[in-house]
Amino acid sequence: MKNIISNINKAFDHRIRLGIMSVLMVNDFVDFKTIRDLMGATDGNIASHTKALEKHNYIKVEKSFINRKPNTKYIVTDTGKKAFIEHLDALEKLLKASNDFDIGLKHKF
Amino acid sequence: MENQKYINDLSEIKKMMNRSSRFISLSGLAGVFAGCYALLGAFLAKIILVKNDLNLRLYPEGNIFKSGIDETMIQLFYLALAILILAVGTAVFLTTRKATKNGLQVWDATSKRLLINFFIPLISGGIFCLVFWQYALIGLIAPAMLIFYGLALIHASKFTFSDLKGLGYANLILGFAATQFMSFGLYFWALGFGLFHIIYGVWMYNKYDRNRPE
Repeated sequence: MKNIISNINKAFDHRIRLGIMSVLMVNDFVDFKTIRDLMGATDGNIASHTKALEKHNYIKVEKSFINRKPNTKYIVTDTGKKAFIEHLDALEKLLKASNDFDIGLKHKF
Repeated sequence: MENQKYINDLSEIKKMMNRSSRFISLSGLAGVFAGCYALLGAFLAKIILVKNDLNLRLYPEGNIFKSGIDETMIQLFYLALAILILAVGTAVFLTTRKATKNGLQVWDATSKRLLINFFIPLISGGIFCLVFWQYALIGLIAPAMLIFYGLALIHASKFTFSDLKGLGYANLILGFAATQFMSFGLYFWALGFGLFHIIYGVWMYNKYDRNRPE
């Protein structure tokens, strides 16, 4: 049991960060505004959480200009994908340990 | 206690994945309306065909025969266009209403992706049907409409409710069946665009829309 809990990734232990990772796992890239609207959070909030994930090298940022307006895109890295799948596995095992719980998510990627 | 938090985490992950990659505001009711318009359209088409066929029998001389066919086709073309606009208009209206009610955006990355992926096979099919008309292969138009509409639905189902795939395959198979009974094209068309839409729309409405805040 202890072993299982150690696989729960602290970097994903927040609703917004979990949400950002989930969104990036199923999309090639997502821009800042879309993430913000999906999470229903403030600009500053999203910025601090994306920065935290970036620091872990789980996501990468691409900045560009569209019609002279700055546009920020986020992309999940291979490290991030691996970490997130491990996190899902850990969640699954943890819940399976107490009851049969099929999360049915991993077929998505 | 802990477990509840992780279960919440998982449902949050699921929700975000679906919300960001699939357009979930599509209204089931729109399918019912589209089906009703299609049945009405098929009925009007039958009236046009019967009436013009009568004219052709009364004046069977060469020239009138040819121009009679073209006239019928033009009337049917405008009828089909009117049904399409009505169905799409109703779908846009109901979908916008559903999205607003659920506090979601209508025009975002998911709806754009859905529309592009739906309309590419559909418009290709439309152009292909016009080519059939050009070469007077009238009997293949109804089957081709069903086949391309089926393909468009199958393609679009990846970007909205995956249930759409079933309707797509049903129309695809019906379209191929229709190629073997060309003189019954209109009946196949009414079955696919009318009845299938209504059945599917009711089923989707019960599954997703009724008594559900989201």
